[in-house]
Amino acid sequence: MLEFYGNVVVGGLLLGAVYALLATGLTVIFGVMRMVNFAHGEMVVVGMYVGYGVWAFTGASALVAAPIAAVVLFALGYLFQRVLGNRFVEAPQHMQFILYIAIALMITGLHAVFFGPDPRGIQSAVSFEVYQLGFIRFDAVRTQAAVASLLLVGALWAWFRFSLTGMAIEAAAENRVGGQAIGIRIPHLFALTAGLGFACAGAAGALVAPMFDVQPYLGGEFTLVAFIIVIVGGLASVPGALVGGLLIGLAEALAATVVSPSMKSLFSYGLLVLVILLRPQGIFGKVEG
Amino acid sequence: MLEIRSARLAVVLLAVLCAVPLVVDDFVLSVLALVFLFASVGQAWNLMMGYAGQLSLGHALHFGAGAYAMGLLVNKLAVSAWFGLPVAFATGAVLGALVGALGFRFAVRGVYFALLTIAFAELARILVEHWTFAGGNGGLFLPALTPDNQPLLSLRGGAAFFYYALLATLALIWLACALLVRGRIGYYWRAVREDEDAARAIGVPATRVKVLAAALSAGFTGVCGAWYALIQGSLFPDSVFGMRMSIDLIIAPIIGGLGTLFGPILGAIVIHPLNELAKDIAQEFSISGLKLIVYGALLLMIVLFAPQGVWPPLARWLRIGGRK
Repeated sequence: MLEFYGNVVVGGLLLGAVYALLATGLTVIFGVMRMVNFAHGEMVVVGMYVGYGVWAFTGASALVAAPIAAVVLFALGYLFQRVLGNRFVEAPQHMQFILYIAIALMITGLHAVFFGPDPRGIQSAVSFEVYQLGFIRFDAVRTQAAVASLLLVGALWAWFRFSLTGMAIEAAAENRVGGQAIGIRIPHLFALTAGLGFACAGAAGALVAPMFDVQPYLGGEFTLVAFIIVIVGGLASVPGALVGGLLIGLAEALAATVVSPSMKSLFSYGLLVLVILLRPQGIFGKVEG
Repeated sequence: MLEIRSARLAVVLLAVLCAVPLVVDDFVLSVLALVFLFASVGQAWNLMMGYAGQLSLGHALHFGAGAYAMGLLVNKLAVSAWFGLPVAFATGAVLGALVGALGFRFAVRGVYFALLTIAFAELARILVEHWTFAGGNGGLFLPALTPDNQPLLSLRGGAAFFYYALLATLALIWLACALLVRGRIGYYWRAVREDEDAARAIGVPATRVKVLAAALSAGFTGVCGAWYALIQGSLFPDSVFGMRMSIDLIIAPIIGGLGTLFGPILGAIVIHPLNELAKDIAQEFSISGLKLIVYGALLLMIVLFAPQGVWPPLARWLRIGGRK
C-alpha cells in the first residue's frame, strides 16, 4: 500500500518537475511583457519533434536532445518576438491572443503536413532502466528529465536575479519608459525573454519526448497544463511555477491511479476554477495595483 | 440613412440567399448550410466579445451542451426535434449565465476570465466522456432517418432543407442581435466594453448586463449546437466540447470584424469555402493539417493588416453603417 502510493507520488513529482520547466517559460514571458503565450504548448511539441529527430538520427538520449531543442526554440522565440511579438506588446489582449493562436495553428498544421498525424515514440535502453532507493523506484528517464528541468529552472531564476542583463530585463518589466530612458534596449531584451521562454518549452518537450508519443495535436494540452500551473502558482512568479508544477504533477498522478487515468485532468481543471475564483493571484502571486 | 441602408442590405441579402437553391447543386448547399451555422454561432459569440467585451474561449461548452441536449432528447426520449431547439437554448443560456455569474461575481477579468471559460469547457468535455448514458467516448448517435421521414417534423432532411433551416436560424439570430445591440442593453454593453469602471460610475448595472450578454450569447450558441447535432447525426465529446471547436467558433467573427453585425457572416463566407478547398487539396495529396495553416495565416494577416476585421473597411467603401 505504502509502497504503491509512494511510487505514484514520486512518479508524479518527477513529471511535475518537467511541468515546472514548461510553466517557467510561460511565466517568464508573461512577467516581463504581460503577454500570454497561447502557443506555448506548440513550442513544446516542436521540442518533442527535435527530441525525436535527435534520437532517430543519432540515438542520443533526451539529455543530449534537450539543449539542442532549447537552442532551436531560443532562436525561434527571439525571431518571433523581434519580427512580430514586439509590435503587439501594447496591443489589446484579444489581439495578442489572436496573434498567438495564429502561430499555434500554423505550427500544428506544419507539423501535421511534415510528420503526418501518426504518433511517434522513442524506444531506447534507458526506457527500462530504474534506480532503486529502498522500496521507491525511480524511473531513469523521468528522473533524468526531472533533474535536468530543476537545474534549468534554477539557472534561469538565478540569471534573472543576478546577471546584469537579467536585472535589466526586470527593470524594463517594472518600468518600460524608465528603462528606455536609461538606455536599456527594450526590443532586444524582450526578444531575449521570448527566446528564453520558448527555450524552456523546447527543452521540456525534448525531455518528455521519451515519455509520451509525439503527434502534432498535443500542443493544446500542454498549453492548458502550463496555464493551470501558472495560474495556480501565481502568474509571473518562478517559484510559483515550480511549486505549481510539482503540485499539478502530483495531483494528476494521484487522480490517474485513484480515480481513472482519463479523469486526471478533471482535478487540475477543478483546481484551476477554484484558484481563479478564490485566489486569482495564485499561491505565490502578488496582487497587482 | 445609414440605418436604412444597413436594413436594406440585410433584406436584399436574404432575398438573394432564398433564391440560391434554384441555381446550385446539393454539395454547394450543404457547404452554405455550414456557413450559415458558423455565421450564426459567430454572431452569438460576437454578442459577448464584440459588444460586451468579454472574451470567452470556451464557447464549445454551450455549443456542445446544445448539441447533446438535442441528441439526448431525440435519441433517448424520442421527442420531437422542435422541442429540442428551445431546450438547447435554455441549456446554453443557463450554463452561460452560470459561468458568467461566477466569473463576474468574483470580478474575474481579461485573461483570467478567458481561462475560466476554457476550464469549464474542458471540465464538461471530460465529464461527458465519462457519462455512459450519453454514450461517453463512443459518441451519441441520432436514429437513422426512415424513408417516410418528414423534414418539417424531424428537422432533418436533405441539403436544401438544412440550407433553408439554417438560413432561417441565421436570420432570426441576426435580427435578435441587431435589435439587442441597438436597444438600451446594447449601449450598456458597449459602455462596459469601453470602460467598465466608468460605466459603473454612471449607473450601468455592469455585472447584470454582462451576465445577460453571457446568457444570451450562450443560448444562441446552444441552438446552433442543436442544429449541428441534427446535421451531423453523431456527436463525440471531443469534437463538440473540445478546445478546437472553441477556436473554430470564433474565427469567423474575428476575421469579419468584432462588434459588427455583418462581420461574422462575412467571416464565415470567407472561411468555409477556403476550408473546403484546403480539405480537397489535403485529400488530393493525402496530407492533413492544411486547414490549420490556412486558419493561422488568415488570422495572422488580420491582426497585422486589418485589426478591426474585414467588414469595417468594406462597409466604409460601400458606405453602409458598419457601426461598432
